[in-house]
Amino acid sequence: MKLVGTIASRLLVWILVIVFGLTTIFFVPRFAPNDPVEAMLAKVASGGSYMTPSEVDALRASLTDAFGLHGSLLSQYWRFIRRVALTGDFGPSLAMYPTPVSSLISHALPWTFGLLMTSTLLAWLLGNLVGMLAGWRPDRTLSRVLEGVAIVIYPIPYYILALVLSILFSYVWHIFPLTTSVQGTPWTWAFVESVVWNSTLPAASIVVVVFGWWVISSKAQTTVLAEEEFVRYARLKGLSDSRILWRYILPNALLPQITFLALQIGLMFNGAIIMEILFGYPGLGQLIYTAILQGDYNLLMGTISLSVIAVATATLIVDLLYPLFDPRIRHG
Amino acid sequence: MRSRLLANAPLRLWLGLGLLVLIVAVGMLLPWLAPGDPLHWYGVPRNLPASPAHLLGTTNLGQDIFWLLTWALQNSLMLGVVTGFFSTLIGVFAGLSAGYLGGAIDRVLSFFMDAFVCVPSLPVLILLAALFGGQLSLPVIGATLIVFNWPYPARQVRAVALSMRERQFVAVAWFSGESRVRILVRHIFPYIAGWSMANFINTVLVAIAAETSLAVIGLSSAQRATLGTMIYWALKYQALLAKRYLWVGAPVTAVVVLFVGLFLLSSGIAMRSAARRSGA
Repeated sequence: MKLVGTIASRLLVWILVIVFGLTTIFFVPRFAPNDPVEAMLAKVASGGSYMTPSEVDALRASLTDAFGLHGSLLSQYWRFIRRVALTGDFGPSLAMYPTPVSSLISHALPWTFGLLMTSTLLAWLLGNLVGMLAGWRPDRTLSRVLEGVAIVIYPIPYYILALVLSILFSYVWHIFPLTTSVQGTPWTWAFVESVVWNSTLPAASIVVVVFGWWVISSKAQTTVLAEEEFVRYARLKGLSDSRILWRYILPNALLPQITFLALQIGLMFNGAIIMEILFGYPGLGQLIYTAILQGDYNLLMGTISLSVIAVATATLIVDLLYPLFDPRIRHG
Repeated sequence: MRSRLLANAPLRLWLGLGLLVLIVAVGMLLPWLAPGDPLHWYGVPRNLPASPAHLLGTTNLGQDIFWLLTWALQNSLMLGVVTGFFSTLIGVFAGLSAGYLGGAIDRVLSFFMDAFVCVPSLPVLILLAALFGGQLSLPVIGATLIVFNWPYPARQVRAVALSMRERQFVAVAWFSGESRVRILVRHIFPYIAGWSMANFINTVLVAIAAETSLAVIGLSSAQRATLGTMIYWALKYQALLAKRYLWVGAPVTAVVVLFVGLFLLSSGIAMRSAARRSGA
């Protein structure tokens, strides 16, 4: 029964966080010093398209509607929340009229999720494994070198590493493509190969940086655990090193790392947005960028609201997975 | 365990300090020596390679890369320090109040701390930038970053303050008639001073990273040079295709040195205060 309570309260937090995030997004345009509708109109006008006064008026009316700027603040707010959270309807894209924003987003999401999930999992597994081995034998030269490398890599932002990797592997040595261009129809072998080929550099930048962080934290965990009494007891009992490592230390070292993972998702998402833009990778980040360049307000609100929901949900899922790994919560 | 921490910490601290002294010297002292405004276009011949007259060469827009870099570093550092200072100040205050006073204040503050941590700040900054007509000025970026970054120190300080409240010496101080404010300032704050310092430095890092990422995609101020805008202009003018790697390489190297230095320093301080606390 304790488990049900834990899940219920976690779900409540999830809803509260999403509502809080959406509220922030709702109020941000209202803090802007200039009228957002006029700013968008200026953006469209500077894009080079000439409009007659009546067209401008029509666009102004549709933007006012898109911003939800008619009615009282409370009714605006309620309409916004209902539209975003309950129906997921963000209206048509202004730049790619009349494609609905939701269909643009649903095309982009698998790319972002695929990239982030693969690289996060890879980095998490590799980093924890290497960190654990380094923490188990902290005095070996290799362990020290590994930690040193991890410390130098971890603080570097993904996109900086992405730039360095792309300079090296796309400009100096022409191994990987400069920008993403996927060939083939979905789910043929050529398509899969092309996706993997195009995703290698963006994924590698995430994997390398995040790997650094997991090595550092997992090594610290393992070093502490190795001195715990139950480990000493296991050693006195004559258990082999590998058994102690895999059965005694690994499960305990991984638990806090799952919590850390939940905390890192938001930061990783931020990094992925910039990297998609740099590599021209067709995910959510690229969509946000297109929205800004073209002054597509519906698309911008849609992608940004969805970012908040996606990050909150990913964090929720990681948190909900936690009881699977921790018997104390499962049976407590 | 403790001895290793103490043995490790000074090395990190010194390395971090060394890198930062270098960066601060380049970013805070050298800009005063710059011959004119390095942001000015066509002030010097275009596309020169590195030479004694132009240490890192010149850009496609006729700017001296070396002097541009010093100005960029200065702006980035200022943004980071101001943001870090106010985030830490608000964070420590909120964390202390929540942890020490408890009750309804704690619940309200804790909710905001948890909620802000879960909202990804970059999309919100991008939304703001779009509403400001595609570019944000540095003060607006700084203010937004403060809003999103105070919860990190606040959460940590709250945890420390919670555990402190139960310590005996706090009870002794309370029973000997010291006021709450005095207890907070005299007895609890010294324990969190080290953490706050580490947090401050970490926030400096986060703030500079956030501005840089906005700038790299062209959403930061175009009137001010920062590390990110330097990278943006270099990419926009195809410095990579033209194989003019110094233009991109200089700000990228500066970012790496700065971030590694800041991280070493903040983790060094955090380790030392952890060792101190467990020893106390």
